[in-house]
Amino acid sequence: MAQKPAKAISGEVIEALTLAELCRSCGVRAEWVVELVEEGIVDPQGRAPATWRFSTVSITRVRTAWRLQHDLGVNKAGIAVALNLIDEREELRHMLRRVARAASG
Amino acid sequence: MDFKDYYQTLGLERDATQDDVKRAYRKIARKYHPDVNKEPGAEDKFKEAGEAYEVLKDPEKRAAYDQLGANWQAGQDFRAPPDWNEGFEFSGGGYTEADEAAFSDFFESLFGRARQTGAGARHSQSFHAHGQDHHASITIDLQDAYEGATRTISLRAPEMDADGHVTVKERTIRVKIPKGVTEGKHIRLAGQGTPGVGQGRAGDLYMEVHFPEDGAYSVEGRDVYFDLPITPWEAALGGKVKAPTPNGNVELKIPQNARAGQKLRLKGRGIPGKPAGDLYAVLQIAVPPAKSDEDRALYEQMARQLNFDPRAKLGV
Repeated sequence: MAQKPAKAISGEVIEALTLAELCRSCGVRAEWVVELVEEGIVDPQGRAPATWRFSTVSITRVRTAWRLQHDLGVNKAGIAVALNLIDEREELRHMLRRVARAASG
Repeated sequence: MDFKDYYQTLGLERDATQDDVKRAYRKIARKYHPDVNKEPGAEDKFKEAGEAYEVLKDPEKRAAYDQLGANWQAGQDFRAPPDWNEGFEFSGGGYTEADEAAFSDFFESLFGRARQTGAGARHSQSFHAHGQDHHASITIDLQDAYEGATRTISLRAPEMDADGHVTVKERTIRVKIPKGVTEGKHIRLAGQGTPGVGQGRAGDLYMEVHFPEDGAYSVEGRDVYFDLPITPWEAALGGKVKAPTPNGNVELKIPQNARAGQKLRLKGRGIPGKPAGDLYAVLQIAVPPAKSDEDRALYEQMARQLNFDPRAKLGV
């Protein structure tokens, strides 16, 4: 099926999100994100929820947190531990790739 | 359609208690959850377990499924008997809160499809709602981050048609990749999520940016690293060598007596931005093989001349 070449869409690189934007983007309630902040799972800049600014890494963390709770029944403390271990594993995978490449090169 | 043995999927006997079912599911879910397990095939196992659990956790569905009998084997060609669910009522409809698009035809033939909810069902009334935001991830070449680019990407998303059937729709969009984007950043495409209902506005699409893992470069923030092989004499004597970078070749000055693993910084030649990242050449010393008698003689001369013991510190 022939298609007209679509017009290219310009995206916007997100530097920081408000609480409302983060909730909408992840499809979660603000109260739940506030609980994640209290548990130190996401760490916004700013003092009060109204002035909070979340880095874009928070999108990934909040969505993973939601899946861990929804799919596995993990509680907040467990989510915090799991996310730290997942981060650590990613760093190690990253390092391992560099080392393996240096060794084979 | 293949028969699915939900007990086998969860590693259970048919007389398992509801607690056994829950325990077995949790165990498999923890092991194969796609956030936890990156092995290929893990996600499929997680989904299969989810489908099995969806049936076995619900006493009504489980009783109906059990009624099919224990004579069916997993993988056997299956067609639901016309009156198979006589006398059962499913209060919850086919699905509860699970991801409906993930379930098999086998499940659908028994328990039907998701109840019609949300956008489609409310069309006739004057109801307005924002469309959902979507998420996708996109792998781009490092060069695209240096120079910006336009990329065509295919997106697959479950959609519900007017009859409530869930199908996976594929669509293609062309996206401008802005210059200076880094790993893990999100690009927001306004209005590219689920369409809104009534006068509600459409959701946005968030694309998480990744660089290929097996490329020649590795990236940390805006800083970029690559391995640069040099000869032993280039390492010892120093000098200029040509090196590739994501935006063209450069001449790089090797210092005298360079070491393997030494990093040479090219300031501001990482991913563009404010401030721009740096590019690091990580030196690797490649040792030429001795192929002929002359080569061997040269190495022997070096052995006599240089009096070099790299193991001196090891105490051997």
